[in-house]
Parts: sequence; C-alpha cells; structure tokens
Amino acid sequence: MKFLCVPCDAVMAFSERVLPGDGTMAAVFECGTCGREMALLTNPMETQLVSTMGVKVGGREVPVQPLETVRGSLDDARPDAFTEEAPSPPTVGPVRWSEEALLRLESVPRFVRGMVKRIYTDYAQERGISTISPEVMDRARSDLGLEGM
Amino acid sequence: MTRFRTYHEVSHDTGSHLLEQVVEQGERLKARLDRIGTVVAVASGKGGVGKSAVTANLAALLAQGGLEVGVVDADLNGPSIGRMLGALGARLADEPDGIVPARGAAGVRVISMELLQDEEDAPLRWREPGGHTYLWQSSVEATALREFLGDVAWGDLDVLLVDVPPGTDKIRRLLELVPGLGGTLVVTTPSELSRSVVARSLRLIHEAEVPVVGLVSNMSGYLCPDCGGLHALFPGTAPEELAARFEVPIWGEIPFDPRLGASTDRGMPWVLEDPEGAVADAFRSVARRVREELLGGRRP
Repeated sequence: MKFLCVPCDAVMAFSERVLPGDGTMAAVFECGTCGREMALLTNPMETQLVSTMGVKVGGREVPVQPLETVRGSLDDARPDAFTEEAPSPPTVGPVRWSEEALLRLESVPRFVRGMVKRIYTDYAQERGISTISPEVMDRARSDLGLEGM
Repeated sequence: MTRFRTYHEVSHDTGSHLLEQVVEQGERLKARLDRIGTVVAVASGKGGVGKSAVTANLAALLAQGGLEVGVVDADLNGPSIGRMLGALGARLADEPDGIVPARGAAGVRVISMELLQDEEDAPLRWREPGGHTYLWQSSVEATALREFLGDVAWGDLDVLLVDVPPGTDKIRRLLELVPGLGGTLVVTTPSELSRSVVARSLRLIHEAEVPVVGLVSNMSGYLCPDCGGLHALFPGTAPEELAARFEVPIWGEIPFDPRLGASTDRGMPWVLEDPEGAVADAFRSVARRVREELLGGRRP
C-alpha cells in the first residue's frame, strides 16, 4: 500500500501511527515535496486484519517475539503455557527397556509376549518409571500378582 | 484523466516498513527450515481418515529409530497431536532462539494449539475487537502456522512432519509457506467417498510438483483377533485407484485396530506399545519408505 501525492506525483512517506481508540488506527503520511499530510483511518476490522499478519504499519518498536501473533490473539490462552525455565518433561514419556529386561522378556512365549510387554509398560507408565529393568519386572509381578510371567 | 504509474513503478521507500517486515518473516522461516532435513506433510483433504494417528505413530517410530523428529499440528481448530504423543500439559520454554517445543513419546518434538489453550474442550477463538471474524480468520490462522514453523526452536531435525487438517486449502497454505516441501504422505481409506475427496488433494499436490508423494491406506481392513484374518472394513479400492490414476506408490496399508485409538488417547503411540504387532509392521513399511525416499536412506 502506497499513497501518491497527485499534484506532485510523489510517493508520500509514513510519518506517524496513532491508535485513537475504538479499534481505529490512523496512519499519517506526508508528501516530501509539498508537505501535504493525509491520514489513513482503518476501521476495527481492517486494524485487526493488519495485526493478524504480524506486521506493524511504520515498523516495529520492539523486536518480534516468538509466537507473537498466536500469544497476542488467542482468546482462551493457557496462562501457564510458557515458562522461562528449562523445558518440562512430557506428561507421559516413553518407557525404555533395559537390555537385561528385554532378554528376560524373550523367555516369555511369543504368542503372549506382546501382551506381557504391555502389562509391564503400563505398570511403569502409571508409576512414572522411565526404564524397565529386571527389578522393575519383579516388583510388577509381585504387585500385580503375575507370578510366572 | 490523471495517468497513474503502477504500484511497482513508484518508489518502495514509503517508511511504512510493511514489505520489509513480510520479507523478514520469510527469512526467519527459511533460516529455521534450513536446519531441518526435510519437511513432510501428512495430508488427506478428507477428515476422519486417521491422519493424526498416522502422524503420531510414524513420528514415534522414526524417533525410536534414532532420528530427530518434530511434529507441527497444523490442525489449529481440532488439535490432537499433543495428546497422542503424550505431551499434553507440557510447558513451553520461552528462550531467545524461539519457543522450545514440547517433548512427547520417543522424544518427538511437538507444537500444537492444544498446548496453548486453557480449556481442553474450548473451541479455538481469537480475540476479535472489531468483530467480523470471517474477514481475518484465515489470515490469523496462516500467521499461526507460520509462527509454529518459524518461531519454534526446532533445532537440527532429520524430519519435520506437518499434520495438515482437512481441506485442500490447508494443503495449499502449507505449500505456500514451505515451497521446499520434501514430500507428502496422503492418507486415505478404501472407501469410495475417500477416493473422490482425496483425489482433489492429490491433484493439487501433483500440480504443485511436490517431489515425493506416497499414499497410506489407513483402516485397510480389520484384523480379526480370533482367526487372524484381514477382513474389509470399507467397500471400495480407493488406494489402488488413486495410486493408478496419479501414479503414486502405496507406502503402507495400516489395518484397523481399536487398540491403536485407545493407546493414542493415553498418549502412547501403539507402535511403541505393541512393536511386534501387525499395525507396527505396517507403520515400519511406511517409515522405511520415508527414510528411503525422503531421507536418502538415512539411519541412526
């Protein structure tokens, strides 16, 4: 979008952005040749449309922030979605199997091995255990009454 | 009548700095994507074919194989990837380089609107001081997707999967944001309805000259737990017809298993819970093609 001063046939230069309220944006442009000023007034919908593009008429006063538009426009924003601390671990993380535990699992007949593996995995997940070791398997068997699996 | 010069014939130096900001947005996005081996869209055009479940399970399988994998949930209005990968509730670190994505199952990095909304069941709403949302909703959603791709500190990824919501317009939006899209996985079911809708997407992708396209036939049959046989769930041969018409290969046929849905509800992709089952086998076939066709056979 550009404004042309018709008598001077010159592009007008942006000079000021004002937000007078009511969702209106006034962008003032000036002809560098004759000094004539004009203001573009946007209605609230137009102001919003420009805003959703992640740009500011006249340039930015502060550097762009990550997810600026999403964070600034989302109506139902989760208040604690962002933190300045190190990333939090996933709510439900992957459960790993130690080599010893996998070796022991191989002694389970193949046709039920998948089911048995899931039982142990569920057990570990429910207790926040990240690695299944033979000790964890022993404990699970005892806790779940699965002697012999 | 006054004779006007065209927009491009007059000076660009208006002082409004709009063009510069748009160019800068593009440069920021490009710099982010330059650190990613390949960006792959998981799309369909049709809803209900299981795109998100395919995305989550494929991502987990690739990550479990040692690749660095990220997922963008481009379905802003119906996000589900955060939950499926077990990242729901994770907080996102706000660091100078960008927003650090959440870590889900198998260490997959993920960004989803689910992680940013306060209420789990709230519809996506944008602040609307001026009303008339329909006028600018598409603009804010395109910006949100650009920010998900460009403002998230993905780091060095082997592959970034983008779960694209239904609608060919959403595929087009991604193609415009990521002109160097490495490939597209097009998910369909065998049904006739899927065939007609997915054909529109394949035509768009074909016209955009996306270099690699693979079909995934989801819910290709029901694996009977009693007899072990594969029975048809839907009448129709959509994947085969689409493959022949658009000359694209079928990379995998995923049998229907209700346990897959239940496991992703719990935030643990089924391929990790039942790695020896038929579903995991089918996903391994897709993952192998992704590695071969899109990652140059890269293995951890």
